[in-house]
Amino acid sequence: MLDLLLRPFEYEFFIRAMGVGVLAGLLCGVMGVYIITRHMSYIAHGLSHAILGGAVLSYVLGINFYFGAGVWGFVAALVIQFLTGKRVYADAAIGIVTTASFALGVAIISTYRSFTRSFEAALFGNVLGITPTDVWIVAIVTVVLLSLIFVFYRPLLFWSFDREVAQVHGVSVFSMDTLFALMLAALIVSTLQILGVTLIISAIVIPASTARLLSDRFGVMMIISGAIGAVVAFFGIYLSYYLDIASGASVVLLSTLVFTIVLAWTNIQRRHRKRFVSMDDHTHPSVKAP
Amino acid sequence: MFPLLEAKNLACGYQQSPVFSHVNLSLYPGQLAGLVGPSGSGKTTLIKALLGLVKPWAGEVCIQQQRLQAGQTPFKMGYVPQVETVDWNFPVTAEEVVMMGRYRKQRFFPFPSKRDRTIARELLRRVGVEHVAKRSIGELSGGQQQRVFLARALVGEPDIVLLDEPTSSSDLHIQHELLHLLAELNAQGLTILLSTHDLNSVATHLPWVICFNHGIVAQGDPMDVFTPSTLAETFGGSMVVNHDGDRIMIAGSMTSVRHQMKTNLPAVLR
Repeated sequence: MLDLLLRPFEYEFFIRAMGVGVLAGLLCGVMGVYIITRHMSYIAHGLSHAILGGAVLSYVLGINFYFGAGVWGFVAALVIQFLTGKRVYADAAIGIVTTASFALGVAIISTYRSFTRSFEAALFGNVLGITPTDVWIVAIVTVVLLSLIFVFYRPLLFWSFDREVAQVHGVSVFSMDTLFALMLAALIVSTLQILGVTLIISAIVIPASTARLLSDRFGVMMIISGAIGAVVAFFGIYLSYYLDIASGASVVLLSTLVFTIVLAWTNIQRRHRKRFVSMDDHTHPSVKAP
Repeated sequence: MFPLLEAKNLACGYQQSPVFSHVNLSLYPGQLAGLVGPSGSGKTTLIKALLGLVKPWAGEVCIQQQRLQAGQTPFKMGYVPQVETVDWNFPVTAEEVVMMGRYRKQRFFPFPSKRDRTIARELLRRVGVEHVAKRSIGELSGGQQQRVFLARALVGEPDIVLLDEPTSSSDLHIQHELLHLLAELNAQGLTILLSTHDLNSVATHLPWVICFNHGIVAQGDPMDVFTPSTLAETFGGSMVVNHDGDRIMIAGSMTSVRHQMKTNLPAVLR
């Protein structure tokens, strides 16, 4: 029995996939807290699509994928920010920039025909194709981003919550904008191979939304969200081996299941509490809130 | 005595359209003043310009005779934004909001120091909401939220605090309590500028008002400043001003439509 359960770990590619998956899940979970509380889900979703253009272009030009896609993503984020101030609605600006960039990727792929397989990997992720270099990259990005979050926790929190007041209190909001755009680009580029451009957003949004249901505190949410991301990635990839389904889809479905269960549970709890309070009110009509 | 905060020939706008121009304003240490004008008259823009958040088109802002440079945010100033601009669903507690204000003292790392906590508690106590320190901001009442944000503005021991429509979302009783609290802080030496569009329950209680509508219309003691002509110029409609000893009551001068509407009442209620 134990033999059967441990069998996937006999394969080196599986161990690599697992390691990268868990790190990516943890990192996306932690970063997701900023993204959902700042209402940036659509930007993150769009950016992951935009990066396809950069990824394909750097492949064709023979540039390093991480460098090419990273610069592309960062520039896309800056262009969105630039357009937003110019009588274009913010969400429309995201739609324009990111789909144009995505379409560029599709256009190049269709002329080269040769890499339909890697195109599929780019869209839906492919944990099996992960090289030892990819593991290193994800590990380094995880350590760097988590350290940045730790060091800049205060200004990033203030900037996320209340940009203008943060500025009055001396937070350099321009630096925070730039820092966060770089962090977001690094996050998406480094984890893109695991879930692909279409599914990555789920690893960012679902654990953080689940954590929001469980906590009212930013720091606690980060810990819960990171933990959910890592655990869900572990079991998602593990199950995908036995069920023989795409690992990306498996991770997303599992985290959706966790979200649904937590949502149901917190709703039941709230209803229970409400009933308790109203019963309490009923039995002590003379007690008034201060 | 030199002014603590001064706007000299200030003009501001967004994109192509100007919001106000030729604003000359001085606030002296210990002054409590109200910026009074209708919604959309540029009060928020003026407050943001005084804080260095909006770049002026022309003119300058001086703090203690020092010119505020572009992109610079002034020390020793507190800011309480309009409650409508705050995301009340954001996952922070009242105490955490107040500790954010300690940024200049403690810039890095997540863990609050003992001193952070002591100061946050002390300020929450000072504004009368210590008991909600651990509560999430979304759970607080409108009055409590306003006080928590006031506490954050006071963290850096500012010389002056600017409040944008602090009374707009609360009922009469809470408005009155907040005015009392501000009066108390003012008595302790804090200079305060607050904006309001509410004449009767706020503006007439203040010792100094600045009538504002895309520029300063008049300023001074409300007893002198609130005349039908200045009010008409500020709010764009004719008004009646009644003095009753120390009180001022202001109302629109159009004939009441109550009589006319009364005839529309369902017969059972007439």
